[in-house]
Amino acid sequence: METDKENTRLKTDVVIEKKYDQHGIPKLEMNSATVGYNGVPLISDINISVEKGEIVSLIGPNGAGKSTILKSITRHLAMIAGTVYIDGKNMRVMNGRETALKMSVMLTDRLKPDLMTCRELVSAGRYPYTGGFGLLSQKDKDIIERSLARVNALDIADKEITAISDGQRQRVLLARALCQEPEIIVLDEPTSYLDIRNKIELLDILSEMAKKEKIAVIMSLHEIDLAERISDKIVCVKGDRIYSYGTASEIFSDTNIASLYNIKKGHFNALLGSIELKKPQGKIKCFVVGGNGTGIPFYRALQKKGTAFAAGILQKNDIDSAVALALASEIVFSEAFCPITPDQVCRAKQLIDSVEFLADCGCETGEYNKENSALIDYAKNTGKHILKSPEEIAEAIL
Amino acid sequence: MGALNKNNNTNTMRFCMVFVSFIILYILAVFWNIMSGSVNISVSEMADIIFKGDATNSVAYNVIWKIRLPRLMLASLLGGALSLSGFLIQTFFRNPIAGPFVLGISSGAKMFLAVVTIAMNGFFSSMPLSVTVIASFVGSLLSMLLVLLFTGRVKNMSMLLVIGIMISYICSAVTDLLINFANESDIVNLTHWSLGSFSAASWQDVKISAFIIIPAFIAIFCFSKPMFAYSLGEEYAQSLGLNVKLFRVFLVIATGILSACVVSFAGPISFVGIAVPHIARMVLKTSKPIIMIPATFLLGAFFCVICDLAARMLFSPTELSISTVTSVIGAPIVIWLMISRRKNGN
Repeated sequence: METDKENTRLKTDVVIEKKYDQHGIPKLEMNSATVGYNGVPLISDINISVEKGEIVSLIGPNGAGKSTILKSITRHLAMIAGTVYIDGKNMRVMNGRETALKMSVMLTDRLKPDLMTCRELVSAGRYPYTGGFGLLSQKDKDIIERSLARVNALDIADKEITAISDGQRQRVLLARALCQEPEIIVLDEPTSYLDIRNKIELLDILSEMAKKEKIAVIMSLHEIDLAERISDKIVCVKGDRIYSYGTASEIFSDTNIASLYNIKKGHFNALLGSIELKKPQGKIKCFVVGGNGTGIPFYRALQKKGTAFAAGILQKNDIDSAVALALASEIVFSEAFCPITPDQVCRAKQLIDSVEFLADCGCETGEYNKENSALIDYAKNTGKHILKSPEEIAEAIL
Repeated sequence: MGALNKNNNTNTMRFCMVFVSFIILYILAVFWNIMSGSVNISVSEMADIIFKGDATNSVAYNVIWKIRLPRLMLASLLGGALSLSGFLIQTFFRNPIAGPFVLGISSGAKMFLAVVTIAMNGFFSSMPLSVTVIASFVGSLLSMLLVLLFTGRVKNMSMLLVIGIMISYICSAVTDLLINFANESDIVNLTHWSLGSFSAASWQDVKISAFIIIPAFIAIFCFSKPMFAYSLGEEYAQSLGLNVKLFRVFLVIATGILSACVVSFAGPISFVGIAVPHIARMVLKTSKPIIMIPATFLLGAFFCVICDLAARMLFSPTELSISTVTSVIGAPIVIWLMISRRKNGN
């Protein structure tokens, strides 16, 4: 087995048309590739394949080599070893135009050509199709308009590139890539510089386009939460190997993400896709009575103050629990869908006794958490300072 | 779609109007230039001499055919070439203040000319013009080749810009060193050359420069499509299928040959190469090479004809150096255009 693998690896450099089994030919395939700068390997043994209509995202810490991999695919960087196949054809035997007809790119550089309208920029995508002087036919013009419409950029088509916002510019750049009528689009951090609305819009367009027009998309993303939602497959890049590679659900576990990004001080919740900052340290000063999501703003307010706190009494399946686990120093849990037990009440009271403040998040009480109202009364009776809103936390706790 | 067509039409209209007005301006400048000078020639006289070949007024005939016309033609050709090479350089470096001489071409020419002048001093009492032309042409090409050696190696264009400027400094230093050890009288020629002038133009010069510039212009025009792709940046250009490294070499050679031709026939004319592409861009409101290449050439020709006229006439009979005029006229125009462009909200 091992020797077989070695043999194929040795052969890959000379294979021009690759043979595939019954699964068919992937649109884009990177085979035992080693990438790096100036002949120095950065990441080796990369195997990625992208099918038609599939979105593959590269995630990983800054400087891990996401862009290096993408640049090797687009041939902006010479690969040290291995092969990239498009439709099973070795890219090394394809010339610039052949590649341009199959693959278009969207890069991170903030290009600012002087006196060029958005439409002109998009029209550059027709380059591989036009004749010697680059004159646009009616068909080319129609495709330009369609691409602009596709990214909702018709209204800014006649503005200069230098006069539009970052979000608009990214959309126009995407239109340029679409205008090339590619089968593969490679995007290097398409969402950088964008606000949240523009990020969502851009990724929506991208995902619709991939599904409808069966375009294979490979891109690097910084936003792991968005990567999880948009991608069919995810490649985690870290160190000198591909850290992990699989479907979004395979990749996204709390621990995988935390170790990929080496998160020690904060917390990433894979289920919710939420990010929490560092857990406050020190003596517990406040007890938060929450539930049903009411506690989260209080936890975050306390985290901002750097005040250690305890939370309770929360059912294990409460949404507050997910955040409390990341931020609270101690949590009094009750089992999911079960009534609160006297032991749990006892522990909560002990904690209340030891703190100065109690935060009443105003959670509704019912059969399974009626003890929580009792806890609030207990705190009032024992002279604790009661906080009713996250703003009060900011004022009251120094 | 209606809005699009309307917009395309207004653009086309603008381009046509600008081209027509450039041509009219150029023709007016040409006639004005032919008529003015120390010998005044009327419109009817001029028409007779040029179109009918009427040689009855032999003074006027000779002034027009032997002095003014070749000078005019040379100014047009070199002005166009210089502006075009400026446009190429600005596309190349994506830097609006780069001029054709940033690649060290004029300093290379000057250095080589200085070497030749001093070396030839023993043989000639005064340097023949042809030697000056050949020496500066060879000098420009040498510095261009030096730059070319680096083009394949550098990662990005700003590095090449720095290399060009460094080559300029080295050449200037060597020139200064040579001048230090030369006699004042030996380098009169060099000083005169470095001021720049069209005054010595002959039909021979016009023929040679046309022989170089016109094919270069055609070649550059044929490359307007890759040039447009190149203006998006090298990485995008490559992804569109352009061989970027080869194209860089083409750009350097094209710029080098055009500006070498200018430098050898008229000396290092300052400012035209920076200003004219700017003016053309702002009047046309585009930077598309297919439009900009002919427009810059035409406007450069017009600009140099006007500036040469001013150089001859302003303090007649004293003739100014061409660079003096181009800078004094050109700089305010660029400043004014820049400011008015800001006002328009672009």
